[in-house]
Amino acid sequence: MLGQQKLLHLADTAFSHTKADQAEVSLRVLESSLSRFANNAIHQNVFESNATLRVRVIFGKRTGVAESNDITPEGVKRTMDTARAIAQSQPESPNPSPIPQSAAAQRMDAFVPGTAECTPALRARVIGDVCGLAGAQKLIAAGAFRTDAYEIVIANSHGVSQYHRGTIADLHTVVMNDAGTASGYAVATSPDVRVLDGDAVARTAIDKALRSQNPIALAPGEYTVILEPAAVANLMQYLAWHTFNALAVQEERSFVRGKRDQILFSPNVTLYDDGLAADGIPSPFDDEGVPRQRVQLIENGAVRDVVYDTFTARRDNVSSTGHAVPVPNVQGPLARNLFFAPGDKSRDELVASVQRGILITRFWYTRLVAPLHVMMTGLTRDGTFLIENGQVSLPVKNLRFTTSFIDALRNTRAVARDTQLFHDERSGMTFRAPAIVVDNFNFTGVTQ
Amino acid sequence: MKDLAARILNMAQMRGATYADVRVTTRTLQTITVKNGRVQELSQNESQGFGVRVIADGAWGFAASSRDDYADVDAAVNRALEIARAGALSKTRDVRLGAPEANKGSYRSEFKLDPFMISMSDKINLLLKADDSMRRVKKNGAHLVTTSELVFVREDKLFASTEGAAIQQESIESGCEIQALATNEAGDVQTRTYPWGRHQQTRGFEFILAQQLVENAPRIAQEAIMLLGADPCPPSDNATVILSGNQVALQVHESCGHPIELDRVLKQEASFAGTSFLTLDKLNNLQYGSEIVNITADATIPGGLGTFGYDDEGVPAQRAEIIKDGRFVGYMTNRELAAELNLGRSNGSMRAENWNRIPLIRMTNVNLLPGAWKLDDLIADTDDGIYFDTNRSWSIDDKRLNFQFGTELAWEIKGGKKTRLLKNPIYTGVTPNFWRSCDAVCDESHWVVWGTPRCGKGQPPQTVRTGHGASPARFRNVKVFSRS
Ligand SMILES: [Zn+2]
Repeated sequence: MLGQQKLLHLADTAFSHTKADQAEVSLRVLESSLSRFANNAIHQNVFESNATLRVRVIFGKRTGVAESNDITPEGVKRTMDTARAIAQSQPESPNPSPIPQSAAAQRMDAFVPGTAECTPALRARVIGDVCGLAGAQKLIAAGAFRTDAYEIVIANSHGVSQYHRGTIADLHTVVMNDAGTASGYAVATSPDVRVLDGDAVARTAIDKALRSQNPIALAPGEYTVILEPAAVANLMQYLAWHTFNALAVQEERSFVRGKRDQILFSPNVTLYDDGLAADGIPSPFDDEGVPRQRVQLIENGAVRDVVYDTFTARRDNVSSTGHAVPVPNVQGPLARNLFFAPGDKSRDELVASVQRGILITRFWYTRLVAPLHVMMTGLTRDGTFLIENGQVSLPVKNLRFTTSFIDALRNTRAVARDTQLFHDERSGMTFRAPAIVVDNFNFTGVTQ
Repeated sequence: MKDLAARILNMAQMRGATYADVRVTTRTLQTITVKNGRVQELSQNESQGFGVRVIADGAWGFAASSRDDYADVDAAVNRALEIARAGALSKTRDVRLGAPEANKGSYRSEFKLDPFMISMSDKINLLLKADDSMRRVKKNGAHLVTTSELVFVREDKLFASTEGAAIQQESIESGCEIQALATNEAGDVQTRTYPWGRHQQTRGFEFILAQQLVENAPRIAQEAIMLLGADPCPPSDNATVILSGNQVALQVHESCGHPIELDRVLKQEASFAGTSFLTLDKLNNLQYGSEIVNITADATIPGGLGTFGYDDEGVPAQRAEIIKDGRFVGYMTNRELAAELNLGRSNGSMRAENWNRIPLIRMTNVNLLPGAWKLDDLIADTDDGIYFDTNRSWSIDDKRLNFQFGTELAWEIKGGKKTRLLKNPIYTGVTPNFWRSCDAVCDESHWVVWGTPRCGKGQPPQTVRTGHGASPARFRNVKVFSRS
């Protein structure tokens, strides 16, 4: 980690090299460690240290962006020069999105020294325990244990200067039998590595793997499903991308366009984005340095708001809600700290409420088929079970669904009171999700 | 670069590594995006650093850093060794790499026009023209969002190992895409892209010019608008389908390229990407496809995104047979697993996204070799069928057996002629059944090495660029339907 002082000094150095009308400097430091295991042993084990400077400069009506991880004094100057050359090489844009003025973001304590300093030996010990528990059941465990520490500075020529640092620890495992015909998945994520319970993760996955042996095939068709939190997090991700962002609305491909305050979802569904929530992975400002606001997306089934960045906010004559990804971009703002509000049912009550249905641990390879209704296809994976007469019964072969995630939130019959935290490393999105019961979930195929 | 590499290898060896290799990489990425008539994004990204991979106490360690002053290098080498020794505590066997690979050499990808020497205004103007050509078409009440993009990559990479390897490689990539998104008041959303999402090759700016983006732009926008009024693809459980060349490329990538990765077969990717139905007992025993199906993994073909001189273990680029006359005959391998399974020399499939990632077994160019048909003859030979063109959605299970792919558009074929345009088409199947139903492959005049610039694998995630030589092909008894 470089520390706030050094990063702010680097930002000042960058500003000293530009005569742009407006300039924005983003500095990101990452120290990431990951131990990966398969067949009950560690097989990949890595560490990465990187620090990146990204600058956006606006000269008149021309914008240029340059990024480099050479943060030596010469490197910083070269990056500023590249950004200027890029800006000046293009025609004037009629209406370039300005670099925003904003207030200081709330300070959030999301940095846990124990996570930042976690050693490979400690990760190996936890993994050893997971593999030992799996091996004792004649099963094999695969998975990864990651501990990250990061710092972010966003500063701009309007005097905005935001700093945040944090940590993330994530342990997940897929435990399977030797033939690969039965498997179970479990995960735990927290800013604090000390609260991750490796044994609990292992036992959940092992239990699912043991119960998954000799699955029966169910015919495709509509079923009531219990989506466990990992599957619900996946559903939330696609709704963030395709429905609850201002660009999707402006481009007329979002289901909620023009439907504010209409009750289009189940009254059991409340969805919001909150970068400041202490039970998430806090992220107090966005990639333009704008403080994140809590945005209510669905409230007891009613459509509420969508998230904005500066570019989309200007079109609608509103303020940014602090949901920019690095700008300029073509994908628009993103709700990346998503919460599905808990209900009042225990997990057992959810199961007891289903006459005949399917319990789904997680989804796999979900892809958009059509955007408006967030029509999705994908498969179930690592723990799929039949529910009969309010009880989990036999394991079932994985199924392919082709179903609308909008409809899934219309048909959400019940919501569990316990929630779980997830962090998607690829997109940087975080989710806190409960298990939910959904009626009329449509399956179109069965795997072999 | 060379001095740094030598210093790192020396440090690693002195501190107890029994093997070490280092990659020192500098990558420059230029992105130009035009959206709705204006330059939306113009950026240049430079990433440099080194990654050192060691074996100590019989286990792997890896550390990578973007900074190369003495203290950073010292810390990175120590970290790699610390990681290896921690991993060794729970090892089930020692890592062995087989015979040494002490290759020395250099490689430079082929290109005529260095895209970084083409003026920015020429590149921007090309996109503005393509964008304008899309936006000029008659809208018939539709709302149109147009996007176009150019991407250029330059990579300089040094590889050195304690076995004596010393390899310098330099490559250039050029990629492009135009896209028209059409919507109407009824809430229908249709997208057309050209060449197929982003198409990319290890070539210079001449590749971009050859794509004729401006010339194709009006057709792409018109088709997006026409799709709004098109009929949905009618369902059938046993349709005859012809896949466009780019859809064959995607089909090969997902249903052949991924399951032949030997690390997946050995469950090393079980927690994320999944395993493979092509288990070891299937090698040389499984009829994967019909007798006209021949697939290679070939890092030597000009222009492919998986074309290079040496892989990221310093093994020379090779051409490996994967499917021969329909039979499954080979995996993509690396040094460790080829040695473990006595498969001979690694076939050079280890690739890392950048300096900060370890190499994994990745596709090079996985190609369906050309057959004998001209596309017009193949359509004329099809009495009742559907032509699927340009991928839109793709999903396949974790063993790579059960797939479902949608394309941007399809054409109904009746009596040997393309008749109706069809929207939201989807086909689904099971990998070997599907490939065994292949009864025609088009010839080399239709064969293109399609680029897949965003293939994901591994933890931490790695996005690697792969290539797929393919031409249109016909399949029988396929389940098709539509969804909106
Ligand atoms: Zn892929």
